[in-house]
Amino acid sequence: MNKIRIEVTKHSEEGEPRIAAAAHRIGISSLRSCNRTQIYFIAYHAARAPSSDQIKRLCDLLLVDPVTESARVISQPRPCPDDSQTQPSNASDEHVIEVALRPGVTDVAARVLERGAAELGIHDLEAATAAQFRLKGDLSRTDLHRLARDLLCNDTIERYSLGAIEPLFGHSSDSRDHVEQVSLTGLNEEELLACSRERLLSLDAEEMKEIQSFYDEIGRAPTDVELETLAQTWSEHCVHKTFKSNIAFTLRSDGGQALSVEEIQGLLRTCIQAATERVNRPWVRSAFVDDAGIIEFDDQFDLAFKVETHNHPSALEPFGGANTGIGGVVRDIIAVSARPIACTDVLCFGPQNVPPEELPAGTLHPARVEEGVVTGIGDYGNKLGLPTVNGAVIYDEGYLGNPLVFCGAVGLLPKGSHPTEPRQGDRIVVLGGRTGRDGIHGATFSSAELTQDTHSESGSAVQIGDPITEKGLIELVEAARDQRLYNAITDCGAGGLSSAVGEMGEKLGADVELQDVPLKYPGLTPWEIWLSEAQERMVLAVRPCNLSRLRELSDLWDVEMRDLGHFSGDGWLRVRYGGRAVAELPMSFLHDGLPIPSRTALYRERTPDQSSLQTVLARARPVLKEKELLVRMLRHPTVASKERIVRTYDHEVRGGTLVRPFVGPHMDGPADAAVLKPLGTWGHGRAFALSAGINPLLGKRDCYAMAVSAVDEAFRNAVSVGADPDRIALLDNFCWGNPTFPDRLGALVRACQGCYDAAVKFNAPFISGKDSLYNEFEGRPIPGTLLISAIGIVPDMRRTCTSHFKQPGNCIFMLGETREELGGSLLGQLLAWNGGDPPSLPEEPLQRYRAVHTAMQAGLVQSCHDLSEGGLAVALAEMCLGGRLGASVDISAAIGCGFSHPYVPLFSETNGRLLLEVAPTDRAALEEILSDVPVALIGEVTEANRLAWARNGEPVFNISIEEILSAWKEAEAD
Amino acid sequence: MKLPVLILHAAGTNRDAEAARACELAGASPHIVHINQLREGTSRFSDFGMLVLPGGFSYGDALGAGVRQALDLHVYFHEELTEFIETGKPVLGICNGFQTLVKAGLLPGAADECGRRSEGRQAVARRDVTLTHNAHDRFECRWVHLAVENGARAGCLAQIREPVFCPIAHGEGNFQVSDDEALERLEEDGLVAFRYVDTDGTRANGRYPINPNGSVADIAGICNRAGNVIGLMPHPEDHVDPIQNPLGDGKGLGLSLFRAMIESAARR
Repeated sequence: MNKIRIEVTKHSEEGEPRIAAAAHRIGISSLRSCNRTQIYFIAYHAARAPSSDQIKRLCDLLLVDPVTESARVISQPRPCPDDSQTQPSNASDEHVIEVALRPGVTDVAARVLERGAAELGIHDLEAATAAQFRLKGDLSRTDLHRLARDLLCNDTIERYSLGAIEPLFGHSSDSRDHVEQVSLTGLNEEELLACSRERLLSLDAEEMKEIQSFYDEIGRAPTDVELETLAQTWSEHCVHKTFKSNIAFTLRSDGGQALSVEEIQGLLRTCIQAATERVNRPWVRSAFVDDAGIIEFDDQFDLAFKVETHNHPSALEPFGGANTGIGGVVRDIIAVSARPIACTDVLCFGPQNVPPEELPAGTLHPARVEEGVVTGIGDYGNKLGLPTVNGAVIYDEGYLGNPLVFCGAVGLLPKGSHPTEPRQGDRIVVLGGRTGRDGIHGATFSSAELTQDTHSESGSAVQIGDPITEKGLIELVEAARDQRLYNAITDCGAGGLSSAVGEMGEKLGADVELQDVPLKYPGLTPWEIWLSEAQERMVLAVRPCNLSRLRELSDLWDVEMRDLGHFSGDGWLRVRYGGRAVAELPMSFLHDGLPIPSRTALYRERTPDQSSLQTVLARARPVLKEKELLVRMLRHPTVASKERIVRTYDHEVRGGTLVRPFVGPHMDGPADAAVLKPLGTWGHGRAFALSAGINPLLGKRDCYAMAVSAVDEAFRNAVSVGADPDRIALLDNFCWGNPTFPDRLGALVRACQGCYDAAVKFNAPFISGKDSLYNEFEGRPIPGTLLISAIGIVPDMRRTCTSHFKQPGNCIFMLGETREELGGSLLGQLLAWNGGDPPSLPEEPLQRYRAVHTAMQAGLVQSCHDLSEGGLAVALAEMCLGGRLGASVDISAAIGCGFSHPYVPLFSETNGRLLLEVAPTDRAALEEILSDVPVALIGEVTEANRLAWARNGEPVFNISIEEILSAWKEAEAD
Repeated sequence: MKLPVLILHAAGTNRDAEAARACELAGASPHIVHINQLREGTSRFSDFGMLVLPGGFSYGDALGAGVRQALDLHVYFHEELTEFIETGKPVLGICNGFQTLVKAGLLPGAADECGRRSEGRQAVARRDVTLTHNAHDRFECRWVHLAVENGARAGCLAQIREPVFCPIAHGEGNFQVSDDEALERLEEDGLVAFRYVDTDGTRANGRYPINPNGSVADIAGICNRAGNVIGLMPHPEDHVDPIQNPLGDGKGLGLSLFRAMIESAARR
């Protein structure tokens, strides 16, 4: 092969200031500047060499912007892996690092280049890309390697070279049909576990024994294809063993005394699904059956909602992990035959300013994780044309080694349009991207803990997405659905084809030919093809007579389609390679053979710090007055503005975002939730709201309180933008540590019990959920984290509410009573004080939210904001900053009494509270509607440009809008 | 009869449905047509009275925004498209569509009116305007105010009475020129169509975020010499109903641009 190297350099000398800044952060201060050059490699056979004219056309039309860039074309570049050639002598203090993707990692630019070249008549060339970083400064070789490893190159998917990098093109290995027989006969427990470990199966001793005895019975050894299929199908990720296990749960007092002992027959069934069954809402279309939960929207359409996590991949390769996280959850929506219409994201990171030397070995710096995750989410969602409209970002040391990335997606589908019954004889059709060696062992990998070596061991589990291929899938599946061309559909997620075909054919049996699977490159063994989690693929059951129409649509939308086999009807899974059976398993063993595990769980109640708030505040130096505490809360990264992140997501595409992430005259005040109007439904006034509730600080104190509070938060956020409290559905996402430790599992049990109690109290069903367990790094678990997402119907899009103050002179009402609930609060964290009671649920929360909703429907509420982290003080400050208006409030007017300290009503985080802005002329009407619920007039909106606090008529403190703004917004610049 | 509008869809186009809704509300009859249908000839440019290249990420913008779609136009549809434009039918490129028109050399188009047809193919490599990475070097979504430039060659814009208020959502919307002369030519020839302004209608003068991407001379959109091809980065199709307005003041409907272009086509 001959090669050409094309270097495209920007005219501007501005360079990459962010890289220089990041280098300084990691202690390499001698780096003065960094400039980036894009490199394209082209390889071709000597016989078909492109002419220099053709190369020039390629550059002019595809690779170089004549206004901002220029190109250098080098024929037959000499490989120069070390710094002998291109690397100038150290004296010149100019250095070069080049970074390229590893072979097999999706390189969209190279593929687009190849296809573009073909359009220009240059055929049969292979392309690859790389980035060159030109660095100036007095840098040692050690510095250069550190810059490469810590900033410029992610070893999981990329490689680097000091000096010119050698391009690698595709894979040239021949096809490999090797299938291994893995004899388990006679192995003892230890040997079985060793086998599971070596093959990264993540199966435990009981499961390995079950497999051993099955194969002993049928008298042969399992093939590697079968063993891998079983491991995927039985993985925590796919089958949620922990949530189905029988748990012996003991609740102990802090002193160790057993308070209660109970048997739990599956957390999913007894806590989550039980709540859904008990509240029994008629508008729930599908809960816990399909790939996403579905509720009724209007007479014509339903709404599907799903939230997934992609934590482990994001820890290793933040961009790719988050990128494919969005891709995966959007496919869950396609898999219920819905058109995806919006995304959500909730992120948990380590503190951004942690000194690099304090990072655990083998972890990426949280600033790099954040940058990659945020870019990855934006890249995928923006390119799919989906508005990312709701989310949260939480910073806590507990996420240093193990960040959390929750990705959500919503879809719209015509009623009754989602078929779910594959029939005997249906063809098994795969649509979308090609299969490669990427993503292998993703399901078993996410069912294990991370260690400092995971980076090098699990590289193949991490991938880069290709949103444009997925966009084609969205269009194609929508068209195929409308023509009723398939009988069942599912996405190729964890476990790849093995899970998709295995699950779809559970009742019928399936017969599949692996040689018909389109590959990115040759050289994959049968089990790799079968297990690969390559992105952007869907599997459909298609009646043979519909194949040709489906093919026409696939051609129109440029989506690859392959027929892999059929659903046989004999109850067996048969996987062939070139006609030869490489796996033959009864579906019954694959799906029902997994022994139900038994687990032990223990929860020990924690006694709070005995020192009172009074003494902690008295001891604090410098003395912390109310205003100082409020400023610190507004500056807290979890509370402060996330504009720098959220603005990189398109929240406007599809033209239906009615309540946006930022509100107010300057469009920078925080919104409680999003309201969306789906395209195609503008004929009526109904819309829907998306909101979230999450508070890991509270979880560290009391997991039950975290769960009930997260439900209340998601619920009240939805209500505060105009959702009907009787039409709100919930999703649960648990991210937890290793559940085989009784303490981790005990905390999980308490959180699930909280979910049940809260859902029943709110009369709100859970419609979907997911758990991500084993979130531990080197044996340290993350703080158990529960995200509750809510989707609620907004009956009238003209009666939504936003959080910013609208009009001076308006009344400020506070709904709900304040209790002394500072356990797990933001105030507690700022004071390093672990005392106080955690928030509980109010007696009748639903009644008060119904009343508020009625008032909103009557047009009486001009703004509404929920009270969460930082309590009343932070909530009022946010309403002021969003509206650039002042407020004057008297804390003693709020409902609640008997506080141990005057700060309590300012910062307590009691649930069930909302602030309402009401015109004086509407006051009587509002009080009439809210007559049966706790509500109090606490002040008024003012023109004074200050938030002024009083107690019993005596001024306490005041803070200007500028001070609020600079604390809340400029903390970002730190 | 309602004006038939071709809304072009290539792999990665994503604001086509909103553009179609805007055309419909403005009184036209939109048809979303896949570029493959045009290549196969099952649909033709000449069947339509107006062309909209909507927003999105055609082919993932993997080699730069709009570059690969511009190549498609260049390789497959050069003659047809040139004819479409020369007959004076309106063409609107929004965001990725604008990037595509610029990179295909169709906006602002060849300098010399009579040499257009012969020079068209060279205009791509010789172009002296571009849309490049935002000055902040990241994708950004926010609402912006756009003033219609007085005296722009696109005469239909004169009927838009107030600044248009609509969102941007792009990573490569920074309008740049190769030198001062190129900018002067644009200004003198009346090819600037829209500029970023503040709430009062005052020029941004480069101030972020009023000018959200660092565009030279606050240029948000341009037109060709004949005035029938218009491109802009912001999304007027996302503000076609007052309820979409985040300020709730009922002003600055982006629908006015669709109305202006569709009515001008009807008058032809």
